[in-house]
Amino acid sequence: MPETEVKATISKSTGLPRKRFYRARAHSNPLSDSHFPVPISPSQFDYSLHYPQIFPSSDQADGSRKIQFADIGCGFGGLLISLSTLFPETLMIGMELRDKVTEYVKERILSLRVANPGQYQNVSVVRTNSMKYIPNYFEKAQLTKMFFLFPDPHFKEKNHRRRVISPFLLDEYAYVLKAELEADPVVKLLSSATEEGQKVARNGGQTFQAVFRRIVPSDQTS
Amino acid sequence: MEEAEAEAEVESNRDNVEVAPALIAVHPEQISVAVAVGPDLRVFDLLAGSAASLVDECGAPFHKDPIRAIRFGSRGKLFVSAGDDKTVKIWSTESWRCVCTVSSEKRVSAVAISEDGCHVCFADKFGVVWVVDVAGSHGHVTLGDRKPTPLLSHYCSIIPSLEFSPDGRFILSADRDSKIRVTNFPKKPLNGAHEIQSFCLGHTEFVSCLAFVHARECPQGLLVSGSGDSTVRLWDISSGALLDTCEVAAKSIMNYECILLRSLTISRGGKSDILDPHLLFLKAGLLESNGEAEEHGHAVTDLCTTISGLLIAVAIQSLQGIVLLSCDVSAQTLSVSKVVSIAGEAFVPTCLGFSPAEGKLWMVTGVSSLPACNYPPLARVRVISAIDAEQEPVVLGDDEIPGGEKLLETLQGSASVDESAFLAAAEAVKTAMRNLLIKKQYPADNRESRKKTRNDRKLKM
Repeated sequence: MPETEVKATISKSTGLPRKRFYRARAHSNPLSDSHFPVPISPSQFDYSLHYPQIFPSSDQADGSRKIQFADIGCGFGGLLISLSTLFPETLMIGMELRDKVTEYVKERILSLRVANPGQYQNVSVVRTNSMKYIPNYFEKAQLTKMFFLFPDPHFKEKNHRRRVISPFLLDEYAYVLKAELEADPVVKLLSSATEEGQKVARNGGQTFQAVFRRIVPSDQTS
Repeated sequence: MEEAEAEAEVESNRDNVEVAPALIAVHPEQISVAVAVGPDLRVFDLLAGSAASLVDECGAPFHKDPIRAIRFGSRGKLFVSAGDDKTVKIWSTESWRCVCTVSSEKRVSAVAISEDGCHVCFADKFGVVWVVDVAGSHGHVTLGDRKPTPLLSHYCSIIPSLEFSPDGRFILSADRDSKIRVTNFPKKPLNGAHEIQSFCLGHTEFVSCLAFVHARECPQGLLVSGSGDSTVRLWDISSGALLDTCEVAAKSIMNYECILLRSLTISRGGKSDILDPHLLFLKAGLLESNGEAEEHGHAVTDLCTTISGLLIAVAIQSLQGIVLLSCDVSAQTLSVSKVVSIAGEAFVPTCLGFSPAEGKLWMVTGVSSLPACNYPPLARVRVISAIDAEQEPVVLGDDEIPGGEKLLETLQGSASVDESAFLAAAEAVKTAMRNLLIKKQYPADNRESRKKTRNDRKLKM
C-alpha cells in the first residue's frame, strides 16, 4: 500500500516527481527558529551524503574538491539542473528553506541520476536557512559563484530585514566568495533556466540583473 | 484545557524573560566597582571609600528598565551601561557624569568599548551591532545624544557577548546560533565593518561569553568562549580554528569527586566506597539537580580571564562557586585547575569581574525581580583573592574585602541579604536565560490548536 502511494508522486512517463504533490506556499518565514540539522562547521558537512558517486565514503580526507556554486533559494531546481550539465566537473548545491520543495528537488535529482547514468552527480540540495547558516556550510573564499534568482523585494519597510540581499548579508556572501571577475556563460541562463524566469518570459515581462562590487579590503587601499 | 495550560506556560515564560541577572564590573585599576541590579546602577569608589553619586542630565535620567550589560573601557576612562529601556548610557569614570545617551531601536543585549576608547559598540536583540563615536569625551564635556550607525549584523540572532581583541584590530560577536564572528574593525567604523576575518564554529549551543587570554607569544590573544553546551573552547581568531575544548561541567564534577572521596573515606575510618560522582557532588550541596532540565542545566554563564591570563574563572549555572581553568599557551590547551566553592552560602554567581591591579576576582549573584514572590531586587557580592597558579584561592569574608561593609551596603543595597532568596534567584535567572537563548521545541500534538491563532488561514475557514 505505501509503495503505490510513493510511486504516485513520481510521473510514470518521465520518472520525474510531479509538482502537484509538492506544492507549497511561496514564502516560508526566514525569521523563525526551524529545527533542521545544521553542520557545526564546513568541515563537518558530509559530502558523501550529497554526492555519493564522487565521494563514496564518509571520510573525505583530501578535501580537494569543494562546492563551488551555490544557488540560494533554489526553488524547484531549474537553474541547478541546467548548470549541472554545463559544468560537469563543478560541485554545486542548492539551498532552500521550504521542506516540500526541497523534497521535490531531491526526488528530481535522484530520478535524473537514474535516467542519465553518470550525469547529475555533481548537484544536490539542502534544506536550510541560508540567511543564518551560510558560514556553517562554506569556508572562507570557497565559492566561485552564488546565485540569487528573483529574491522577494519585500517593499514594505518593516519587511526589509527579510531581504536576502542586504548590506549585512552581503558581508557574509563576500566572505564565502572568492574574489574573481569574469565574463560568464552563465548570465544567459539567469533569465531562461528557472521556473520563475520562464514564467516571466511567458507573461512577457522583463528581467533585470543587479551587480554588486566587493568593497576593496583595507590592506589594499594605500 | 490544554489551551489554557499552554497559555499559562507562555505567560510565565514571558514573565521570566523580564528577569535580569545582576551584573558586576571592576575598573581596570580597581578604582571603583559597579553593580547593576535591574534598572539600578550602583557604583562604589574604592579610592574615596564611599559610594559614587551618579549625575545624569543626558536625556532621560538613569535607566527605567533592567540593565543588561555594563562595561569599563580598558583604559578606565569610560563606563557604559545599556538595557531593556533601549538606551545606552556612556559615563565618564572620573566624574561619574553621563556624557552621552544613545537610543537604540531595540533592546540591547551586549556592549563593548574599543581599545582606544574612541568607539562604543552595542548589540541589539535582532542581531545588529551598532557603533557610536565617542572620541573627545572627557570628564565634564557632555556629548548629548548621539545617533548610532550599524556596523555589522548576525541575522536574527541575539548577541549575548561582544568583545574587542586586545590589539584592537578585531571585533568579535557571539550569537545564539552557536557562531562567533571575527570581523576586522576598520579605521572608519562609521562606514560599517565589512571584512569578516573568520568564523569560529564549533559550539553546539548559544555562545554566552567571550574573553581573551593575553600571551606574549600571541599578541592578538587567544579567544576563550563559554556556551550553553557546557563547554569552554579555545580558538585562534585569525583562522577561526578550534584549538581545544574543555567540558567544564563534566570535568569539574570529576575533579571535585576526587577531593570529596578522599575526605569521605577518611571520615568513614578508611573504608572506601564507590560512589557515583554526581551523587557526591549533590550531597556536598554544590550542584543542584533538576531532573528534566539536566540537558540545559549547566550552561556557562560568564567567563573572566585573570592577570597573566593563564587562569580563567568560569561561572556555570547551578554550580555554587566557580571553576578555574588553566590555559597552556604553547600547547594551546585548556584544563580544569580548581573548583572553588563559597562555604556557608548558596552562591551561584551570575557575573564575574577581575581587577588585574589587585589580583582579585569579584563575583555577584542576584536578580532584578522574582516574579512569583515579592522579593525586591537583590544582589550579593563576594570576592576571591589570590587567584594564582601557585596559591590557593581564598574567599574573602565580608570584612576583608576592599571597601568593607560600606561597599557591601552600597552595592548590595543592604549589608546582609536574605539567603533563602538566592536559590530562587538562581533558578529564575537560569530559566530566563534558557527561554531567551535556547530555541523552543514545540510539541507536535497540539500543533493544530496553536495554528488556530494564525491569521492567513481564517479566510478559508
